[in-house]
Amino acid sequence: MSHHIIDIQDLHYRYPDGTRALNGVSMRIIHGESVGIVGANGAGKSTLLLQLSGIFLPTDGSINIGEIRLTKKTVREIRRKVGFVFQDPDDQLFMPTVFEDVAFGPLHLGWALENVEKSALKALEQVNCLHLKDRPPHKLSAGQKRAVSIASVIAMDPDILVLDEPSSNLDPRSRRQLIQLLKTFDHSKIIASHDLDMVLEVCERTIILENGRIAADGKTQELLTDEKLLEENGLEKPLSLQYQRLRIAK
Amino acid sequence: MTAFDSTFLDLGRLDSLSYNNTIIHRIDPRAKLIVTVVFIMAVVSFPKYALTGLIPFFTFPILIAYLAELPIGFLFRKLVIVSPFALFIGIFNPFLDREVITRLGFMNITGGWISFASVILRFILTVSAALILIATTSFPGICNALDRLKVPRIFVIQLMFLYRFIFVLTEEALRMVRARRIRAVDQKHPSFKLFVQMLGLLFIRTLDRAERIYLAMQSRGFDGEVRTLKKLSFTFGDLAFVCLFLLLFAILRLTNSSQLLGNLLLKAFQ
Repeated sequence: MSHHIIDIQDLHYRYPDGTRALNGVSMRIIHGESVGIVGANGAGKSTLLLQLSGIFLPTDGSINIGEIRLTKKTVREIRRKVGFVFQDPDDQLFMPTVFEDVAFGPLHLGWALENVEKSALKALEQVNCLHLKDRPPHKLSAGQKRAVSIASVIAMDPDILVLDEPSSNLDPRSRRQLIQLLKTFDHSKIIASHDLDMVLEVCERTIILENGRIAADGKTQELLTDEKLLEENGLEKPLSLQYQRLRIAK
Repeated sequence: MTAFDSTFLDLGRLDSLSYNNTIIHRIDPRAKLIVTVVFIMAVVSFPKYALTGLIPFFTFPILIAYLAELPIGFLFRKLVIVSPFALFIGIFNPFLDREVITRLGFMNITGGWISFASVILRFILTVSAALILIATTSFPGICNALDRLKVPRIFVIQLMFLYRFIFVLTEEALRMVRARRIRAVDQKHPSFKLFVQMLGLLFIRTLDRAERIYLAMQSRGFDGEVRTLKKLSFTFGDLAFVCLFLLLFAILRLTNSSQLLGNLLLKAFQ
């Protein structure tokens, strides 16, 4: 399944105002892998994600999704493969009803109408939100909005899911449901988050970013238990692991 | 609670009403839209001094509001809020048009007063019909109906986005208003300068949001044209609804039914 490999080589990005957000990031993510991208505020997480969906194009370096290199010409093709879930569901959900929103992607990929409907309903069912299909998005709770945002992306049948802070603003139960939901997907997943406990549960691999560079890349269990490494990068050991240590000390 | 809060909640209430499930709510949005538009045209098309001819038209909003179980007091308050517009339109008529047209007991009634009353009646009729349409039809339903009735796509899409984001933007503005209230304890209203600055900030935030929404649309394949997938079924009941009311409006418009009724009553008592 070579066509689902994400290959990023020496990626640089400078914002138009001169801020250097990414300074030489390289990584290779294989099919079905779940990768957590963590790092302090301003480390470059969001910029990296925006690059992956072709919203910003690299200043230098390259991104390959499968055999396709991301350029201005291939952007539409890349976006079909990469499903991007924005941080704020109010940005993501722009149609007047949930169903129309979920159907928007497939419809604009030019699918046959019956497939559009089937795919939208299936995506809503996958996130347990089928009963919300005729509601307007402003009537949903934060957890429902998040689930519908994810449905709106998986309805397009992407190979790769990219999520920016998926657990932000969720209450504990909605967060738990989100984690369970993310575990059910067999897409490749790239998740940027400050919620290290969620990363610990969902992602087997973690990449720590620091000042636009990769500070560490390895197994989540190893990186997130390395207190020295975490502290150097403005992070902290996940709460669930801190709790474990307390229990042992008793 | 600030005035802003209550306006926001009212907007939400009108929207919630439209998701009820009554016999009127279940009618196809196209049917309701057509009936409402024809109703408004019929009311507006009366001559300048029409009064008695307009009154029978109240049956429509009253009947629909009753069948749709709408809270009359709430709709009435909404009506009062917009009434200054109608008052200003008609307020000069009594001064400009002083010709005596009819007499009521000892009083001479000038054309100006009659046309002023006519303006107010038309205002109440048309605005209440529009409010009732919004309170009985979900906004997406109205957009869908407009689209199916071949209203240019660009307007329909503007309306769709308006509906989707008016709540998001008012909430954003609301947060700013509250943040100011909390820190300016003694100052009930912002100074003009501050008000302008807040408005500017809201505008910039809105632009930022528009940018992000555009990106979200792009990443889901948006190519400059919004396509939608919607189904509506126009049933026999909907057709009956349209025909019935169009017939009623035609009768009310073409005959002076209150005069007929009056004559009938007079005859009955003679």
